[in-house]
Amino acid sequence: MKKSVFFAAMTAAGFAAGAAAAGTLDDVKARGTLNCGVTTGLVGFAAPDANGEWQGFDVAVCRAVAAAVLSDPTAVEFVPTTGKTRFTALASGEIDMLARNTTWTFTRDVDLKFEFTGINYYDGQGFMIPKALGVSSAKELDGATVCIQTGTTTELNLADFFRKNNMDYDPVPIETNAEAQQQYLAGACDVYTTDRSGLAATRASFETPSDHAILPETISKEPLGPLVRHGDNEWGDVVRWTLNALVAAEELGITSANIEELAKGTNRPEVNRMLGTEGTLGEMLGLDADWAKRAIMAGGNYGEIFAKNIGESTPIGLDRGLNAQWTDGGLLYAPPFR
Amino acid sequence: MSDTGHQTAFVRAEILPEAPPPIQEQGIFKWLRENLFSSPANTVLTLAAAWALYQLVTAVAPWLLNGVWTTSSLSACREVLDGSVGACFSVLTERWNQLLFGFKYPPELYWRPLLALALLFVALAPLLFAKVFPRKLLAMTAVYPFLAFYLIWGGTILVPAFAMLGFVVGYLVYIRLVYQSAAMGLIGGVAAALVLWYFGGYVTEPLANVLALEPVKSRDMGGFMLNLMLGVICVSLSLPFGILLALGRQSHMPIIKWISVVFIEFIRGVPLITLLFVANVVLAYFLPPESNLDLILRVIIMITMFASAYIAEVIRGGLAALPKGQYEAADSLGLDYAQSMQLIILPQALKISIPGIVNVSVGLFKDTTLVSVISMFDLVGMIRGPILSAAEWNGVYWELFGFAALLFFVTCYGISQYSQWLERQLTRENQ
Repeated sequence: MKKSVFFAAMTAAGFAAGAAAAGTLDDVKARGTLNCGVTTGLVGFAAPDANGEWQGFDVAVCRAVAAAVLSDPTAVEFVPTTGKTRFTALASGEIDMLARNTTWTFTRDVDLKFEFTGINYYDGQGFMIPKALGVSSAKELDGATVCIQTGTTTELNLADFFRKNNMDYDPVPIETNAEAQQQYLAGACDVYTTDRSGLAATRASFETPSDHAILPETISKEPLGPLVRHGDNEWGDVVRWTLNALVAAEELGITSANIEELAKGTNRPEVNRMLGTEGTLGEMLGLDADWAKRAIMAGGNYGEIFAKNIGESTPIGLDRGLNAQWTDGGLLYAPPFR
Repeated sequence: MSDTGHQTAFVRAEILPEAPPPIQEQGIFKWLRENLFSSPANTVLTLAAAWALYQLVTAVAPWLLNGVWTTSSLSACREVLDGSVGACFSVLTERWNQLLFGFKYPPELYWRPLLALALLFVALAPLLFAKVFPRKLLAMTAVYPFLAFYLIWGGTILVPAFAMLGFVVGYLVYIRLVYQSAAMGLIGGVAAALVLWYFGGYVTEPLANVLALEPVKSRDMGGFMLNLMLGVICVSLSLPFGILLALGRQSHMPIIKWISVVFIEFIRGVPLITLLFVANVVLAYFLPPESNLDLILRVIIMITMFASAYIAEVIRGGLAALPKGQYEAADSLGLDYAQSMQLIILPQALKISIPGIVNVSVGLFKDTTLVSVISMFDLVGMIRGPILSAAEWNGVYWELFGFAALLFFVTCYGISQYSQWLERQLTRENQ
């Protein structure tokens, strides 16, 4: 009895918090800063540098939204969250949006009452092996010992994959990525499996990365994207279309280098609509005409952000793969700006 | 029997000079034989230990001595080492400020927490070494909490000034009223302080720039500074609460007794990490989104509650160890409850409890690293989060965690040495 009263009070408080934050866009404008939830640190995606400035692929989304709404890409209060605290931080209104390599799943979208506003990185589970093993496909891993983080979806995906292919494996349970690195290098397991972006970052930290290979197979879908609270569609639209603007900008050839020139007006109507020289798209979002221009200028278009933080020229060295534009055979496909 | 064989025994006229003891009975050999090779089993153990020690030193020494201090990333570090064994201490030289102060505390303001730390020793000296330092220094101890707040958080000096004034006024009212009744003194004192703080709020609002230091948000604090802050604040707050709870648990008034018992048993029955999650996650649902009860404050409240429960039990042990005669002696002198506690019972009980209190404090100080789990960037949080996920330093473990261990060891060993010294002082006093 007492317990149910407690939970009822908690739910009521939760609703009250949700109601108070109904106009997130207005709240953010009034506050003058965007509260953006990020990880406590993930190589390439979000981490403060030596000067204490947050940098990374997810961080760039926060900065773009802040630039669009507040005209200042630095007007972001980064709230570090862990895997355990991220959803409560968003649900309770402590943060306005969460950009923290969070996989878009049914339950998170529907049951936890969040709204995923798009996908900024298509990840998937992969395998890393020492090249000395002489394996070129995950189908040849029968009987391998596999380092695997316990209690994650990767564990279940792995079991499914091996069962489907009629293969056996020997799991070596580990707790954190750091532990996995040590175990794998010490030869406690033949294979290390986790998200491909994580594998790439781990491999980059090895003394001789070229001795290790990431196998071509991807055995699960991990679409990562920013999310907001359910029920505040205006704010959801702002985040969704800021992300779309970054993706579309790459497709349309708008870069941080040529944007000033393009913003003076071009003979391409979609560019003009996006950059505010034609139409009233910004006004419809509750922002001004230059919103997309500022968002793109904050860190460049999607391709520039990718190249700067996790692309092939960085130590992490991820290729575009699924994250290429649809015109290049990838999955990035921004809806039209019209 | 013949006479001829008169034998005269040899008689030495002078004493032989003292021979030196056999070589195995003196100096280093004696020590070795007695301590290291006294029996076959001990010999084996000694040789095994020497071998292990040799392995350890030969493994660690090149790593330590060959360390690289000046590169700007792990890969550059490996280039310098070029395959030889060596530590990459460059991560410490590049990120030392983040490890000590967190990554957002403004570097030009580092002097403020450092000054606060230096003053902490000044404030603690008269408490810890009561015989060495004059009692007048206790005034500094009383002012210190407010001064430290002003230095670390910044803002106008009026806020800590009014906070202190509230305590002073409350105390003065208490002194005036306590002769009529202890309860009235307590209520009057608290009420006076609250009234002053309430009106102080109106005064500080418009005068936010009076003698203001640049304010620093508590979200911007981190590193070892955060561990020290949490440790010092929570231990010093939990002592008075712990004493009250211990007395409450012994009280004859059932309501006070049961509140104390339930509080202590509940808090002791719950892991600290659970309380921290409550502070971080559950409270966020109850408080309005824009409430300014920030995370550090919530965490301080939770850790203080946790520590109070443990210290209450330690002090209860001290109270129970006192002979009943002491209580009766106090009663027979006609002292009331407050007086007998203040003058007779507590001084003795607390003296007995010192080792236990120090033990809890050291444990609590180390437990402050748990806040890294709720995404606060204390020393361990800084290492596990930002530094290990920087592309330059991903993969550096031993150097960073070794540094963290060193900092904690120095602090905790210092506390432990002090408590042993204090115990020796006190036993001498008892003789």
